[in-house]
Amino acid sequence: MHTGRLYALVAVNGFRRHATYRIATAAGVFTNSVFGVILTYTYLALWHERPHLGGYDQAQALTFVWLGQGMHMVVAAMGGGFEDELIERIRTGDIAIDLYRPADLQGWWLAADAGRAAFHLLGRAVVPMAVGALLFDLALPADPLRWLAFLTAVALGVAVSFAIRYLVALSAFWLLDGAGVAQVAWFTGLFFSGMLLPLNVFPGALGEVARALPWSALLQVPADVLLGRHTGRDLLATYAFQAAWAAALLAAGRLVQSVATRRVVVQGG
Amino acid sequence: MADPTGRAASAPLTGHPLTGRDRLGDRLAHGLRAYGLIAAMWIRSTLAYRASFAMTALGNFAATALDFAAILLMFSQVDALGGYTLPEVALLYGSAGTAFGLADLAMGSMDRLGRRVRDGTLDTLLVRPVPVLAQVAADRFALRRLGRITQGALVLGYGLAAAPIAWSPLKVLLVPLMLISGAAVFSAVLVAGAAFQFVAQDAAEVQNSFTYGGATLLQYPPTVFARDLVRGVTFIVPLAFVNWLPALYILGRPYPLHLPTWLACAPPLVALACCALAGAAWRVGLRSYRSTGS
Repeated sequence: MHTGRLYALVAVNGFRRHATYRIATAAGVFTNSVFGVILTYTYLALWHERPHLGGYDQAQALTFVWLGQGMHMVVAAMGGGFEDELIERIRTGDIAIDLYRPADLQGWWLAADAGRAAFHLLGRAVVPMAVGALLFDLALPADPLRWLAFLTAVALGVAVSFAIRYLVALSAFWLLDGAGVAQVAWFTGLFFSGMLLPLNVFPGALGEVARALPWSALLQVPADVLLGRHTGRDLLATYAFQAAWAAALLAAGRLVQSVATRRVVVQGG
Repeated sequence: MADPTGRAASAPLTGHPLTGRDRLGDRLAHGLRAYGLIAAMWIRSTLAYRASFAMTALGNFAATALDFAAILLMFSQVDALGGYTLPEVALLYGSAGTAFGLADLAMGSMDRLGRRVRDGTLDTLLVRPVPVLAQVAADRFALRRLGRITQGALVLGYGLAAAPIAWSPLKVLLVPLMLISGAAVFSAVLVAGAAFQFVAQDAAEVQNSFTYGGATLLQYPPTVFARDLVRGVTFIVPLAFVNWLPALYILGRPYPLHLPTWLACAPPLVALACCALAGAAWRVGLRSYRSTGS
């Protein structure tokens, strides 16, 4: 009970911390909207040549574009959020203090990142989606249950995203400079989440591999849930896919963390 | 650094007061020299860690290459996009990417200005006898950005070789002219964006709309976009002169807005005008700067 309250508090503070930067949020929304417009026209050209490409009609394809712009910050597709800070703490040795604290390291950062994601959902996802819906014909569902199902998929996607970025940050225990790993992680994530192009447009085996990788849980899966492509038992199987990746990656993070704290000498000075 | 200040102080004493034009030329040379010195220092420091440099340059290359991979995936499903074939889109992609890459290499550090204003470190730059613009632009000069330029140039090379082009001497001349002018236009956008950060420090991300957003827009043929959007990037923020107008002339394609053909040769003039405007914006921004005092 007591620890539950602690993590809830950390999450609330993660939310408030990001909510402080209002002008930066507005600027980000503007940029997301501009990219949304540019991508919309390229997708229109693509779906004009090949209607029903990847099983999407035109309105669904455009919905995917604007979902991508909205979810960009929520699932931290290009990194950001906590891992830069954690890498810095590992590099400077401040991590030693964190390990003394009567709170779990992974749980602490997960709570903080959940708070961040909640803010970005309100601050960075809603407005670009509204802009997209005003300017173009989107296939947004009217059924509130579908939105609830979508939010559940987003929450699981954030957990997978966190688990990946936590592993990225822990690599700094060995490499000290996590910048290279972080860079590789963000462009892999950008490509395999479907941010650049929906994964169901990827041809053949590449598409099948991409849809099985954990990054598909960040955008492709939540988008397909919102578009109504996973319902009933299929929806449960989809959640299981996301939850399995989240559990596996979080467990890997825990394992790496225990190895790191046992074997690696903390940087001092 | 003693040389330029010494010369400026001693010039009137020699009996040859500098004319306005000389002064502008002198200032420009001084700024460029300072820029070169600072950039060279950062390059030396980068090359001290060669493995790290190689990895980040490769990462820079790969990150932008994935962009093009997405376009290749699109063309695995269709034969043409907006009526343009893959080599033609590659020419557009490569020219926009190379021009933006060059600007990013030269001026990419400008977007750190907002942070410098916030934490007060801009004050340090103000007291040095070197133009502030040169200092901010050369700060942390990132040689790894050669990765983006290399990637853009490779795609451009493929586009130029594979697209059906009826070459003429003018078209050959237009290729380097397009890249240099395009880099100048993007540099002007980066400087104007930095000037904007004096006013709206936290709004740094807005300029990504014009830089990264602009570079993304120009990768695709103008026929893909709505007429009003094409008008906007032709007449308001003249990004169309980076590559659309010259590249469409090289490809022998009509520009959707029915502009006179000679405008394909206008990019250098547009670039000059953009740089002049950005310079003016920078001066206004710098004059309005009030230190945080901390």
